[in-house]
Amino acid sequence: MIGIATDPTRTGCLVLRAEGVWKSYDDGAIAVLRGVNFEAAQGETIALCGPSGCGKSTLLHLFGGLDTPDGGRIVVNGVEINRHRNLLKLLRHEVGFVFQLHNLIPDLTLGENCLIPTVAAGTNRILAMQRLHHLAGRTGLTHRLNHKIQKLSGGERQRTAICRALMNRPKILLADEPTGSLDENTSETVFQLLLDIAANEGVTLLMATHDRGLAYRCDRFLEMHDGRIYEPRPV
Amino acid sequence: MIFLKLILTNLRRHRIRSFISIAGIAFSVAAMLTVVTILQGAIGMFSNILSSDSEIVLFERNVSDLFFSNVPASVAGEVAKLPTVAHADPVLFGIVSSADHPIITCFGVTPQDARIRKATWLAGDRVDFGKSNGDVVLGSRAADFLNAAVGSRVPIGHGTFHVIGILKTANGFEDGGVFMPLAAAQNFFHKDGSSVITVKLRNKDDAAAFKAQIRQAYPSLIALEDTEFSHSYSQFKILKATAWAVGGCGLILGGLGVANTMIMSVFTRIREIAILRVNGFSNVQIAAMILGESSCVASFGAVVGLTVGIVALFTLKHVPALDGYVDASMKPLLMLVVVLLALLTGIAGALYPAAYAMRIRAVEALRFE
Repeated sequence: MIGIATDPTRTGCLVLRAEGVWKSYDDGAIAVLRGVNFEAAQGETIALCGPSGCGKSTLLHLFGGLDTPDGGRIVVNGVEINRHRNLLKLLRHEVGFVFQLHNLIPDLTLGENCLIPTVAAGTNRILAMQRLHHLAGRTGLTHRLNHKIQKLSGGERQRTAICRALMNRPKILLADEPTGSLDENTSETVFQLLLDIAANEGVTLLMATHDRGLAYRCDRFLEMHDGRIYEPRPV
Repeated sequence: MIFLKLILTNLRRHRIRSFISIAGIAFSVAAMLTVVTILQGAIGMFSNILSSDSEIVLFERNVSDLFFSNVPASVAGEVAKLPTVAHADPVLFGIVSSADHPIITCFGVTPQDARIRKATWLAGDRVDFGKSNGDVVLGSRAADFLNAAVGSRVPIGHGTFHVIGILKTANGFEDGGVFMPLAAAQNFFHKDGSSVITVKLRNKDDAAAFKAQIRQAYPSLIALEDTEFSHSYSQFKILKATAWAVGGCGLILGGLGVANTMIMSVFTRIREIAILRVNGFSNVQIAAMILGESSCVASFGAVVGLTVGIVALFTLKHVPALDGYVDASMKPLLMLVVVLLALLTGIAGALYPAAYAMRIRAVEALRFE
């Protein structure tokens, strides 16, 4: 099935829509996305599986405004992402990113790393600290707030990255293989945390992963190959 | 706070590199401050020679150097008789040499000259000056390096002179100089007049009228007030320009050091900058971070440079060989200008790195290892 639509009876309003999105590299020599259609509703958790190089990360980057499509439309919260759109507003308030590597700044403490998006957005310091303590409590990191990144375990680092991604209350959380570099137990902890936060904060979670065990636990499980998205038939 | 920490963190992360950049700016600031202060001090001293108990300098029009100026001998007497003039003193400047000292400033003056009247006489008697053309009075430093005392005979230039006095003045040029009776100096330097006439007016408000009078009576001469002279004398202009050029070159070198450091800083932080971008940092915020870092380097460098410059000037002032030649009094305006130039240099050095950082694309940079 090409072109994935969400089930409107199951979820709320649409927060993300892609229509015939194309993306290629090397002047078109490598076509990564070939007319991707996709929809996601508020609060949905969606897993995106597929072999390496199939375009999962590229699609997440396009949804987050980090890259621009060669063709097609991407609409976030009813507004199309294009060169006229204020991409900074998108990055600051509407999407949060979690990567396979935690991508934290090693010289800052856990708390300071989490506050970076609020510094970028110019959020009131008191409100930012309240949000930080709330998220740290939710992710079990309160006792680690003043610790440098080097002193954190892999799971703690990834939980910190999740905290940071959620600081500005984004509506969409884009996670690019967030458990890819973690052991099995830690993967489970981090994945469950993502599901809990998505449920409690009403965030739409779109997660690229190779772990089908985790992927099947999301509201929707999508496959990606040949530059398109497919929804496998339920077994 | 976090923004500031992001700036300072990178300086701490590469301590040696930061230190070298700060040292580059510091030495540039110190060099500029020292060179400009010394030359301004020297100019001030030379100006003070001319303005000793006078407010107007009269010399030959269109000469590039006062040593080449020749004011006819009769003019001093005529000017002195003008009703607005309190006194007019002819002074002949010359450069002579002795065995170990290639440059000794020589002053041909009358016994009534303020330099002779107002100096502290360490040895000898003022009333003896001018009685014989073979007599000279030495500044105390000149007496030191010529190993001379009252009664000695010293070889100066192509002649030998009898020392009749040693005097002490605050001015290095005078303290290291030789004072001859005007007639002796005219004979020694084969001149029939003087280099300048320093004029003291009865009333300073008559300066404009006096200058106009001179312009009319002596078209080949020019009369300038001391401040006018300091600003217009071509030798002073050349010295000032040289000082600022030398200092400016130092700052440019310091700026290139900052540019190099900041480029390296951006290259080693590409991934970090990408992370900041993904978290919503704007181009302006990224540029502010890079420029902030270079401003910190320049500020630290300026503070260290000011300190080094002040210490260097203080030290030079107290080197016996330079006693009286170095005026270490720094002007606040000069310090401010040097610090501002250092900051501007630091910021200019970071412009390209900041522009480069603004162009970093997060998607590509996050793949950067």
